[in-house]
Amino acid sequence: MFNIALYIICGIVVILSWLKDKQKTKLALLKAWKSFENILPQFLGVLVLIGIMLAYLDTQTISKILGDQSGWWGIIIAAMIGAVTLIPGFVAFPTAALLLKNGAGLMQMGAFVSTLMMVGIVTMPVEIKYFGRKLTIYRNLLAFLFSFLVAWVIGVVAK
Amino acid sequence: MSKLIKRYSFFLFALLAMVMLAIWDWSREVKALHVLYFSLKEMLLVIPPIFLLLGFLDIWVPKETMTRYMGQEAGMKGVLLAIFIGSAAAGPLYGAFPVAAVLMKKGVSFTNILIFIGAWSTTKIPMFLFEMAALGPRFAWTRLAVDIPGIIIIAWILNRMVSSKEKEKIYQNADNL
Repeated sequence: MFNIALYIICGIVVILSWLKDKQKTKLALLKAWKSFENILPQFLGVLVLIGIMLAYLDTQTISKILGDQSGWWGIIIAAMIGAVTLIPGFVAFPTAALLLKNGAGLMQMGAFVSTLMMVGIVTMPVEIKYFGRKLTIYRNLLAFLFSFLVAWVIGVVAK
Repeated sequence: MSKLIKRYSFFLFALLAMVMLAIWDWSREVKALHVLYFSLKEMLLVIPPIFLLLGFLDIWVPKETMTRYMGQEAGMKGVLLAIFIGSAAAGPLYGAFPVAAVLMKKGVSFTNILIFIGAWSTTKIPMFLFEMAALGPRFAWTRLAVDIPGIIIIAWILNRMVSSKEKEKIYQNADNL
């Protein structure tokens, strides 16, 4: 649904731009291609690494690790799993729901979902290319720590 | 040719790991290839339109306009716009970085860039709807309520941690990408 909307917007933009100025449109398309090609090697490498990683960390494995553990230790592990994996949201949320049903705690899931979305260890090569090493490490570190706060609040409020 | 190999060295290294996994453990290799297939499909679906729109943004929207709305002097307006653009986005976090690069080129302030990245990473509207359905409204709303101030505070801290010289370097790098 969302993707279709994205493509329709793209189509409209291209047509409007073409009607207004053909030269500028060509330039924009060229720019789009060049910036895509520029980051493509990092994208491809990251995707392959994610494939290998998720072959080892599937739902069963994760729920086994978090299922019989609770407390801060479980939260730390949940946050670490979230940080190193990169799962699209439409897979991640049902996974988290499944883990909850299998006995994982709310706080653990709060930490997991939060680091999953905010911290990207495998995508760091891409991030470094744009933001440099220092900022990338700081951003991921802060987001990782922040996730514990999120977990704690969820544990208090959503119980 | 050697330049091409150097650019793709990380990808080649990852492929090598994939080949070694195939030798080591075939059933895991099948799983890994399955995941790779799905994430490649996602990338090819979402990333090209993002780059396309970025190309047009770069060419058509004048720097002055973006600076006025999201630059150093934009204030609250810039913060809200950064949250809105990030939240309305689609795609995984790595899609946000090229967008941030173009925003930098257009004179958007560093704090607003960081807020944008934060919003993209965690307050995306389509994802929020998913989260509500899967984990319940209470979980989703609580997370959102903590995340919005969190994103702004993280952006503020990061902005403090990085010197203006380093920021300049990051902006220059964005110009060349």
